[in-house]
Amino acid sequence: MDILHLLTDPLAYGFMVRALLAAIMVGIICPVVGTYMVLKGLSFFGDALAHSILPGVVLTFLFGWPLALGAMISALVAAFLIGVISQRSTLQEDTAIGIVFAGAFALGVAMISTASNYAVDLTHILFGDVLGVSTTDLWVMLVLGLVVLGAIVAFYKEFLVLTFDPVLALVLRLPATALRYLLLGVIALTVVTSLQTVGIALVLAMLVTPAATAQLLTRRLPPMMMVAALLGVFANVTGLYISYYLNIASGPTMVLVSTLIFGLVFLFAPGRGIIWRMTSNGGRSPAGASPTSR
Amino acid sequence: MPLMTRKIPTHDASLPAVELENVTVRYDQTVALDQISFRLNRGDRVAVVGPNGAGKSTLFHAIAGVVRPDQGQVRIYGSVPGGHICVGYVPQRKAIDWNFPVTVTDVVMMGRVGKMGFLRWPARHDREAVHAALAEVGMSAFADRQIGELSGGQQQRVFLARALAQEAELLLMDEPLTGLDMPSQEAILTIIDRLHTHGITVMVASHDLNQAGEQFPLLLLLNHRLVAYGPPARVLTTENLMAAYGGQVHVVHTTEGDLLLTDTCCGGGHDLPLPELAHAAPPVVQTVQHETVESMRPPR
Repeated sequence: MDILHLLTDPLAYGFMVRALLAAIMVGIICPVVGTYMVLKGLSFFGDALAHSILPGVVLTFLFGWPLALGAMISALVAAFLIGVISQRSTLQEDTAIGIVFAGAFALGVAMISTASNYAVDLTHILFGDVLGVSTTDLWVMLVLGLVVLGAIVAFYKEFLVLTFDPVLALVLRLPATALRYLLLGVIALTVVTSLQTVGIALVLAMLVTPAATAQLLTRRLPPMMMVAALLGVFANVTGLYISYYLNIASGPTMVLVSTLIFGLVFLFAPGRGIIWRMTSNGGRSPAGASPTSR
Repeated sequence: MPLMTRKIPTHDASLPAVELENVTVRYDQTVALDQISFRLNRGDRVAVVGPNGAGKSTLFHAIAGVVRPDQGQVRIYGSVPGGHICVGYVPQRKAIDWNFPVTVTDVVMMGRVGKMGFLRWPARHDREAVHAALAEVGMSAFADRQIGELSGGQQQRVFLARALAQEAELLLMDEPLTGLDMPSQEAILTIIDRLHTHGITVMVASHDLNQAGEQFPLLLLLNHRLVAYGPPARVLTTENLMAAYGGQVHVVHTTEGDLLLTDTCCGGGHDLPLPELAHAAPPVVQTVQHETVESMRPPR
């Protein structure tokens, strides 16, 4: 079969097998965590966090330390600074996020520019280098990924309460602040895990796009997570093959496939897509609107 | 770690269900609550009334232990609210994302999370508590609906069920009747009546003075400070309402008694100038006799 060959031929290369495994892992982890980001409105925070990681990544790269370590430290410093600025001034939190994110990113780029002889490839950090994933990278991803998914499962009901109704979390005497930081930590860990595959600039798409698509298709959180993970894996694997055959950069291709799926669902989703609303809305209003709200 | 075993204070029924002593809450420079003191007994039903921005939500947050008073003390059955998980809170409807992917059952089950403890999944008695709570508010048939698919009154009943599943003994409801049609309002008022017979203490924030006075045996009139507290006849006096609503209420002395003009509803407490009200065709005013307001409806 030709189709079978289309799928198996690239796997003759070791780097393609590793890339495929990385794409699948990231395709599961990111959308599951991204579900909470979509529901809690943390997209901008996630994007900022990813960019703030740059100085740490460059530093660890230059000293030959594990990439994940520097990224984690950067992420924690950034989250801490954002907290300090927004709490100790009259500025809004998103302003604080913006300041820290742009500043940290500039610092990272400046560091790269002075160390160009070390051949730090900015485009790889920005847009990922899934074809350069090593076996060690895969193991690190697997361990970090299991930690992330473990936390999501273990604290499922607490994260659900925290996301849906933070006041209830306080009324039930859950350790709301600790849980919030745990969730932010899980997001940071997820960003670090997927850095190699999609890079700093595009990791947001991995986190948010499949989760947003899944929200249009589901009515409960566990199915939303599962559909998001399925969409993530599908988009990443499809994107990887397309990038192989059409010779397009792989990270952006995965993101484009994911975006395309979102577009289709946005248009055609049963019940919530805009085409469905336009065509089958004659007379009866969508059940989703709360009829008595002012 | 004492995370798994939470100490829940035992309730001494002889102590007041709620007791506030000189509670002051400030946000930055502004005083949201100013030296509030009052006491509720077990099973009391109180409507908290006052203009928009009077601190009704802040009062509830302070009682629920979500906001810590800058001064003074809140006591629930004799101990600070922090240790209690018996305080049920029904948020304003606009505080909830109704597109959130949760069903009615999911929301009511959230009430059980405090009792379950970490790393535990719902057990049979949790599911039974959820079923019972849904039955109590007449929402069993909607258990699998996504919350956005419900009417406003149904949504309110789901959050009531969540507080019941939590086994709340003190229920704080923030504007539960706002924006609902009359049958929905009555359904919720009926449920609140029933809760009272179970010994559950209920506080309801409202800006419908008329309804509050008719439906609740106790009123608490608030405008940052406690203006009046007691039975409606004692609270709804011209003097008290002037004190609470200030520029939003206009008193006109006529031969038949005092005439009280008000715009209680909505809109962030803006002033309606008197001449404009006077020109409005349907009478938006009520005659006040013996300085007691019988009925005050917002302009239709």
